[in-house]
Amino acid sequence: MNSPTPQFVPSRLGIYEPIHQIGIWGENFKSNGNPNTSTSVIVEVDNKLENESETTSHEMLTASNNYKQEASKPIDKIQRRLAQNREAARKSRLRKKAYVQQLENSRLKLIQLEQELQRARQQGLYMGGVLEGSHIGFSGTVNSGIAAFEMEYGRWVDVQHRQICELRTALNAHISDIELRILVESGIGHYFELFRMKSTVAKADVFYVISGVWKTSAERFFSWIGGFRPSELLKVLVPQLDPLTEQQILEVCNLKQSCQQAEDALSQGMEKLQETVSSTVAGGPVDEVSYIPQVATAMEKLEALVSFVNQADHLRQETLQQMSRILTTRQAARGLLALGEYFHRLRALSTLWATRPPEPSLP
Amino acid sequence: MDKVTRLASENGLVLFSKSSCCLCYAVKILFQEIGVTPTVYELDQDPEGREMERALMRLGCSAPVPAVFIGGKLVGSTNEVMSLHLSGGLIPLLRPYHSMC
Repeated sequence: MNSPTPQFVPSRLGIYEPIHQIGIWGENFKSNGNPNTSTSVIVEVDNKLENESETTSHEMLTASNNYKQEASKPIDKIQRRLAQNREAARKSRLRKKAYVQQLENSRLKLIQLEQELQRARQQGLYMGGVLEGSHIGFSGTVNSGIAAFEMEYGRWVDVQHRQICELRTALNAHISDIELRILVESGIGHYFELFRMKSTVAKADVFYVISGVWKTSAERFFSWIGGFRPSELLKVLVPQLDPLTEQQILEVCNLKQSCQQAEDALSQGMEKLQETVSSTVAGGPVDEVSYIPQVATAMEKLEALVSFVNQADHLRQETLQQMSRILTTRQAARGLLALGEYFHRLRALSTLWATRPPEPSLP
Repeated sequence: MDKVTRLASENGLVLFSKSSCCLCYAVKILFQEIGVTPTVYELDQDPEGREMERALMRLGCSAPVPAVFIGGKLVGSTNEVMSLHLSGGLIPLLRPYHSMC
């Protein structure tokens, strides 16, 4: 029991390191065994670490001398000092806990601010349009089409979030099926609204839609022809829908299969398009300066990309439509909640990933 | 009777396509996945291709190709075929005309 318990205090680097234990003892003795040394000990120690230039060797020497003297003092004074130390340690732990809590709160706040900033930046960027130098189109309409979409999409996400919260509340409150149906209809309608928006902006710049730059990074990771995979949608939805009737299980199974087949067909069509454009661009002699014919032909072929994006969105829409038909109102509500929550979490993942602390650089 | 309608009624599953059209290619793949073989007419390889295109547009197709006919009746383009398949209606429609494995 003679060895002091190690104390931990956050250093400037955020790394928790043990305080030089002899140092604390030294401080205790310097303050003449005052029963209220505990708080001043901590303050002193903090200052120590702040300064960094403190040499503890001198203190270690004086402290060890003091410690030898200490052995001859009465037992109750030793007990008192041990108690003071325990108290100091306890207060130190509480401070650490409060500090960590504060860090967590700040981190969450930072995440929210980052999200707001990104949204505002996107809106600001495209309102600035040509001046910002991004998405420069050769016609003003391209910029305005994208700018309009960016703003609408920002609003779409906000409404989506609100709808998810409403669905969650409604499902927990066990409201009537009729009322729930209204929420389900508006939820599905909201997705259809997105497909309409995408169709419009695809005409302005199909590469913009396909790039997925309008989505968060984690969403983009899963991108398939400018949006989510319908089969992915079913994978997210179905586990949340138990219990399903025999008939429903059969219909969902059929839907999964036909959805997968349609997806494969479109995927292969896209591959064919890539091959076609690639061979067209690469074609012709390279020792000739003019490549206009090849690029012009490729332009024609690229027109098909708009059709593919529309078909992919159509497939998403049909999948949602079919699920809505197969499910009961309550199941559909749970499904919409699950889907909305999934995308919400992907967006949160993107933000967290973007704000994670940087890797320490290797020496 | 124009060529399109005649050709469409000759086989159970008929697809009007263009060899360069990638969306048509996707529809062909879909039929392959389901396990059916359509009778395909490539309009860009047909001397009367232009006229056939116009005929298809007159029948109400927004785009001349791909155009799918089942049992001589126009089903539609990619949109309609996809919708039909997802609703489970495509395979039953094809059954009288094709033996499926």
